[in-house]
Amino acid sequence: MSIDMAQFHQVFFEESFEGLDIMESGLLNMDPGTVDDEEINSIFRAAHSIKGGSGTFGFNDISGFTHIMETLLDEMRDGRRPVTPEAVDVLLRSVDVLRDMLAATSDDGEVDEERVQEQKAELEQILNGKPGEVATDVGAADVAAQPVGGVEVRPIGWHIVFRPLSHMLRTGNDPLRIIRELAELGDLKSEGDISALPALSSYEPEDSYLSWDLHLHGDVEKQAIDDIFDWVEDDCELIIMPLLPEGEPEAVMVAATAAPTASEAETPVVQAAPPPVEQRSKKDRRSSKDRRTKDRRQSVGSSGGGSIRVEISKIDALINMVGELVITQSMLSMLGEDFEMDRLERLNDGLAQLERHTRELQESVMQVRMLPISFTFSRFPRLVHDLSSKLGKKIELKMTGENTEVDKTVIEKIGDPLVHLVRNSLDHGIEMPEVRLAAGKPETGTINLSASHKGGNIVIEIRDDGQGLNRDKIEEKAIEKEIIDEDHNLSDQQIYELIFAAGFSTADVVSDVSGRGVGMDVVRRNINELGGSIEIESDPGKGSAIIIRLPLTLAILDGQTVTVADETYIVPLVSIIESIQVKADQINRVAGKGETFKLRDEFLPILRLHELFGIENPNASSLEEGLLVVVEGDGRHCGLFVDDLLGQQQVVIKSLEANYQRVDGISGATILGDGSVALILDIPGLLRLAAETGADSAAKQTA
Amino acid sequence: MNEPQAKIEAALENQGEEYLTFRLGEEDYGVDILRVQEIRGWEAATRIPNSPEYVKGVVNMRGSIVPIFDMRQRLGMEVHPYSKNTVVIVLRVKNERGERNMGVVVDEVSDVLSTQKDRICNTPEFGGGIATDYISGLADADDKMIMLLDVDKLLNQGEQTDSENEDAA
Repeated sequence: MSIDMAQFHQVFFEESFEGLDIMESGLLNMDPGTVDDEEINSIFRAAHSIKGGSGTFGFNDISGFTHIMETLLDEMRDGRRPVTPEAVDVLLRSVDVLRDMLAATSDDGEVDEERVQEQKAELEQILNGKPGEVATDVGAADVAAQPVGGVEVRPIGWHIVFRPLSHMLRTGNDPLRIIRELAELGDLKSEGDISALPALSSYEPEDSYLSWDLHLHGDVEKQAIDDIFDWVEDDCELIIMPLLPEGEPEAVMVAATAAPTASEAETPVVQAAPPPVEQRSKKDRRSSKDRRTKDRRQSVGSSGGGSIRVEISKIDALINMVGELVITQSMLSMLGEDFEMDRLERLNDGLAQLERHTRELQESVMQVRMLPISFTFSRFPRLVHDLSSKLGKKIELKMTGENTEVDKTVIEKIGDPLVHLVRNSLDHGIEMPEVRLAAGKPETGTINLSASHKGGNIVIEIRDDGQGLNRDKIEEKAIEKEIIDEDHNLSDQQIYELIFAAGFSTADVVSDVSGRGVGMDVVRRNINELGGSIEIESDPGKGSAIIIRLPLTLAILDGQTVTVADETYIVPLVSIIESIQVKADQINRVAGKGETFKLRDEFLPILRLHELFGIENPNASSLEEGLLVVVEGDGRHCGLFVDDLLGQQQVVIKSLEANYQRVDGISGATILGDGSVALILDIPGLLRLAAETGADSAAKQTA
Repeated sequence: MNEPQAKIEAALENQGEEYLTFRLGEEDYGVDILRVQEIRGWEAATRIPNSPEYVKGVVNMRGSIVPIFDMRQRLGMEVHPYSKNTVVIVLRVKNERGERNMGVVVDEVSDVLSTQKDRICNTPEFGGGIATDYISGLADADDKMIMLLDVDKLLNQGEQTDSENEDAA
């Protein structure tokens, strides 16, 4: 199986740069001496993702470097190491180094090895616990942080000799177009050579006799130039040479061959006295880097700015549909011009047609956002290959349903969670070959990665034939980490689900692959953010499976309309377990405030929506009058108290952030049939909001 | 003979600007007319839970969700019950993340004011208590003084802390 990994590099770099930004701002926010768990967790997660991604793509020096940072962060997270200003400084500088490493890798530039090694040494020094020495090293590191001249010299431009063969014009290629494109890349100075031009009598109008000497100044990738000449490389003689900052011979040559006065006016870059050339190139380099950073910021800022490739057939379907819609519209307007009651039937037909076309149009527009999941799946063969050899295991990866189409946003967000899950299967699930043979299983373990459509959902499954989840070990760890009490009475399934708790890991040794306990909680959060759910199945000794269910599209949601007083809200149907009316004797109070009710064997906290949202005069003030919608978010259940349920409907999700800002407990808005706006509840967000306002002290008691 | 010519030149030099003016109680305000997207009658908005007092809610403006702010409350003036003259001016607001549409509730829209740059003076310092940050200048329109509002400052400010947090996160 050969897959071009390069197509995913861009995504990885974008994600990593975002991760670095998160780390940087997190570190800057960190107060020395105190550890803000959330802050340090987010820094740690970012580092972990970068390490994971770089490992996947084979950028081993980046993953090695990040691993050291991660180890340090891990110790800080667990409180084993104090957060000192020195350590934060070193981490910040490491972020810079990492950023340069990533930038260099993404631009095919050279990494400043010396600096990386120094930074690595500094990190290791901190890890070995010698704070004093580190402090004195700061100065040295600052010096090292300056770009070292001469180690990495970027060309200030390119010298291109372009001699089209005589038949080039006949291939339909126009040298002028090529030169114009080059001019767009930077400051282009061209010089034509007409020496090959024959006498007019023997001139062949379809032959090309000219050739050019081109000097392109500016920070231009060679790749960009190669791309321009891509079509003509077989039809011309082409030499591309870099113009180096110190490359004075080049500059001199230009000056010598160019007509002196004209060149002075046109090419100040070359003519400007040679000595400052090196300095300027340095500045150019920096400014080009600044520009890059800025570009990236912009692209991050306008996150909707990404592009999408769409099959022509989908566009054609759209155009057809619009055509139909226009026909229906004109038919209806003709009908409306002089309407009489006896044409009512035709009006009804027309409206029915309009409805059908609108729905079809909506579906085809949704199709445009759909991409095959192979975009995500195709990074796994490499991952499995690399990791299995590293772990000394024999593993076969089987993939099915790669052509299942999912929303573009899902593709972007599901990648990392899937990487975590596959790594987990590799590391924890599949046993070593000897163990497998001893257990009477084939030596080679199998991981099945599949995607399919099931009843309006996308189901992604990661199934392995390994040892399954170790119930006892999970239980033991959970008790040790004080996630559960010793005298709990949880079912096996509930125990398995503990692996989604934050900070949970059963691996005895923290390895490069997994075992840091970051991951499963993030996995679940990412999936919840996409409006999906995650389930776990395990059969001891036979294997385990993770099943992820995701909504088909993120633009439309199945919702339940609920009312409180005169306000209408939409609850996503995926979050709803059931809706019930409670009796007074089912309700208990905790500490006189928090209300809970017993549903089968579980005590669930009650959240009153009107209290959370400050809605005045709800119709139902006592719990028996209204309804409890039992909802699930982030693995917690609770009863959401509302006045009434109205009905279920599909709603189109509109962003609140587009014109306003994010609102706690609200995931978006939609427009109802009467044109009014209803807000869509974000159940996990609502639970967090409740926890913050302290309204669910009961929830903490039962959770 | 040359006098009209000179006048025209002077006028061109002193590029005129147009402001949509509206009233809040006894006071006149103006906003750059190029920022005005739409003027609509007040209609009930969907309340946003746990939002500041001056955020009246969101409405549907041709398929996009637009927040509505009460200008009186935003400027710290006393609340006035809405009447049939109450209108919403939908404005285009710019910030570093792009452009957004936001509506403001005002008592009534009065006029379009064309004024020359030299008739706009800087906001005097009132000293403590009176926030002049989002008043970009004062325009002299015959017998009235019109306060010209800096839309971007006025409508982004409430969120300033928010976006800073986001940048940091």
